[in-house]
Amino acid sequence: MTERVKAWLRAKAPAVLLPVGTTILAFAIGGLVVALTGHNPIDAYKAIFEGTGLNYLLPWTSAEDKDFAALNLQQTLILMTPLMLTALAVALPFKCGMFNIGGQGQYVVGIVASIIVGTHFSGLSKPVHLTLAIGAAALAGAVWGGIAGAMKAAVGAHEVISTIMLNWIAIYGAQYLFELNGPLQGPLRDVPQSSEVTDSAKLPAIWGVLQPLHAGIFLALAALVVYHILINGTVFGYEVRAVGHNPEAARYGGIPVSRSYVAALAIGGAFGGLAGACDVLGWEFHIVTNDIAVSQIGFIGIAVALLGRNNAIGIAFSALLFAGLQVGTSPRALDPTIFPPQLAGNLAIIIQGLIILFVGAQLLLVYAWRARRRRRDEPRPAALVEPTGA
Amino acid sequence: MPDAPLLELRGITKRFGEVVANDSIDLDVGPGEVHALLGENGAGKSTLMNVLYGLTSPDSGEIRFDGKPLRLRSPHDAIDAGIGMVHQHFMLIPVMTVTENIVLAAEPHNGLLLDVRKAQEDVRSLSERYGLAVRPEARVESIGVAQQQRVEILKALYRSARLLILDEPTAVLTPQETHELFDVIRSLKEQGTSIIFITHKLGEVLEVSDRITVLRRGKAVATVATAGSSERELAELMVGRPVLLRVEKGAAQPGEVLLSVRDLVVHDSRGLEAVRGVSFEVRAGEIVGLAGVDGNGQSELVEAITGLRKPTSGTIVAEGHELAGHGARASFEAGIGHIPEDRHLRGLVLDFTLAENLGLRDVRHPPASKWGFLHPRAIAERARRLLREYDVRGGGPDTQAGSLSGGNQQKVVVAREMSGTRRVLVAAQPTRGLDVGAIEFVHQRLVAVRELGVAILLVSLELEEILSLSDRILVMYEGRIVAEHTPDVSESVLGVEMMGGRSATAV
Repeated sequence: MTERVKAWLRAKAPAVLLPVGTTILAFAIGGLVVALTGHNPIDAYKAIFEGTGLNYLLPWTSAEDKDFAALNLQQTLILMTPLMLTALAVALPFKCGMFNIGGQGQYVVGIVASIIVGTHFSGLSKPVHLTLAIGAAALAGAVWGGIAGAMKAAVGAHEVISTIMLNWIAIYGAQYLFELNGPLQGPLRDVPQSSEVTDSAKLPAIWGVLQPLHAGIFLALAALVVYHILINGTVFGYEVRAVGHNPEAARYGGIPVSRSYVAALAIGGAFGGLAGACDVLGWEFHIVTNDIAVSQIGFIGIAVALLGRNNAIGIAFSALLFAGLQVGTSPRALDPTIFPPQLAGNLAIIIQGLIILFVGAQLLLVYAWRARRRRRDEPRPAALVEPTGA
Repeated sequence: MPDAPLLELRGITKRFGEVVANDSIDLDVGPGEVHALLGENGAGKSTLMNVLYGLTSPDSGEIRFDGKPLRLRSPHDAIDAGIGMVHQHFMLIPVMTVTENIVLAAEPHNGLLLDVRKAQEDVRSLSERYGLAVRPEARVESIGVAQQQRVEILKALYRSARLLILDEPTAVLTPQETHELFDVIRSLKEQGTSIIFITHKLGEVLEVSDRITVLRRGKAVATVATAGSSERELAELMVGRPVLLRVEKGAAQPGEVLLSVRDLVVHDSRGLEAVRGVSFEVRAGEIVGLAGVDGNGQSELVEAITGLRKPTSGTIVAEGHELAGHGARASFEAGIGHIPEDRHLRGLVLDFTLAENLGLRDVRHPPASKWGFLHPRAIAERARRLLREYDVRGGGPDTQAGSLSGGNQQKVVVAREMSGTRRVLVAAQPTRGLDVGAIEFVHQRLVAVRELGVAILLVSLELEEILSLSDRILVMYEGRIVAEHTPDVSESVLGVEMMGGRSATAV
């Protein structure tokens, strides 16, 4: 038994240690940057940590601090929700050997769809209206991702290019809909924004008052579970992974490769669309036209998926990390005497950038290391592979 | 040995963890000697050559070259000493010319400028001297594999190599190109260059070498003179037990027609007609061998039968099902198993576990899955049974396929394609890259399923394999079947027909 535990640890340890080590290293270098600006990195990180509201969970936090921490934690969890979903939008196509850069566009069409459904049909009961609005967002995202998949399947158009272009179509299209005099502009003639979704289409609040945490987080967590089961426990997931690792072998095995591409990007897109629904129906309730091009939720989702190694649990943790970084460094939460807010926002970006850089470097290192081992070494105990054997 | 040896290896030992890859190996190579290094995959040939080329350093032992001790810290040291190596995978720069590749990093120069004329002159005179015809100004990407190999050899000679290591040089060559390579080897030998020739093909060793050292499990088990040794003796030395080079099998009892191909025309990926109207039948309980030089349409024919390539016209019928153009799954579900010619390209998903790989064909059906959900326990159970039955070593159901040796990987493919209720088996190069022991295993399995009434189409570039296994032999040349024979046909007749010549028995 202990042998099996050891073997399991050996197999799984890198999957945990590498992302954790990456994060620690990124924070250490970020701390160095803070020190260079003449501030105390420990104070800065303590302030950021408190800004995330995670100190709410610590037993020694006093009652009055807890009230404030709760507000921050609600914000962190509200941001974590769409990040988990846009990360899934990257993760599932990744399992099929594709890099979906289109999470942002899929998120935006999800916003548009849930706004349209959420601002209409006001007579419906809440469960029906919510289901419709969420379903429309998922469907819109699925179509948006599916287009890229269909283009790849039909003519081999590379999904990185097509999803980037679809991002811009979604962003400009949404801006057109909600801009001044746009077809879906809200009731305020001078304000470029949408109408507000009706109460029957709002996700229930579950914690807090001012800007409470909404039930969308359950949707996102459920999506993680669905993703995990879909990928690891179903024939569809098996086929997707086979195509991802070796499309030629998959085709030989009778797997419809083109269909897998379309389905993987469509389901990924549906997750992206759901992220849009969570933000609109959970706390934004309307969309301000100028915010559409500024939003980064889909792009941060790429980093979340990379750091989380496309694994459901990993994505949950890395989404919490990235959401915490954003919320913890927002000027609202930081004490300006400890750390100037203009620096704080940049620190978050520096740390995010470093994490992405290191994750990329790891992939390179692993690749180089494997190539080197293949070239130089002969058998290892379990792997009697002759490197030159064809 | 009349002359003092050029190269002496004494007691070379190299360990990787608990595995002793080289166990106190001694080896002498004389000047102008062609010394073959023979051994199964994983016997330690490559490690030994990596030691000799400075790619890895031995834990103990001594290398003497030209009578002097040699310390190698990198391939650079080896090249300086006069040791050249032609790897199995070429290390050429495709966009550069032949000349540029040859003189790379040792360029003749005028001050700072590359002396192109002198470089081309040098290359030309080298190529004439050794009979290695190349076009110095051609780009490497535009020349064939055999030419590229010559460039590799010239590259080593340009650096004044006195000892040339050729690592599995014939693996990528056609039979004709192999003969040409052997001519080059003989001419090198005449001019005093020593050669270490690494292979696991017995016939080649006997044809071209002077002496043979056999490695088995990291030890040099014997060094024999080529004259007077035999394939049987060498195979036994390699494997460590007597090996059946020819498969024992009774006469075939062909039954009903299980696979029938009529007037099949198939285009290749470039849109050229690769299969030009081929018709044949394979009956239950017989092995039909398809012989031919690589590139005469065999791959496209196999791809069409197994649903991987849409034929332009013609019919493929297996057990009453019309299959032409219906895809890989239709072909498989009509009962056709397929051992693909390239197990890494198609046969296996190397990042998948063995259980997942063994499930590739039946993951959609119970008990492997139900309502779209996998049953990992059933999949693992079946995998465990197949791994035992087919004697796959080096891992269990949870082992990654990529970590197995080539022979064991092939056994996994064979196990998957032969198990279940297959009535037809298309085996394309089923033993390519395998060592003697694994070849014997695959051959025995093929004969065993023949006895069970499976119809087998065997496609192979190895005439030896075709002759020893087939009950009927078809010869394919330029997309057509040009002859049909019984297995007692001579190798030379087949050889002529494979090259497009006509013999009296041609149909």
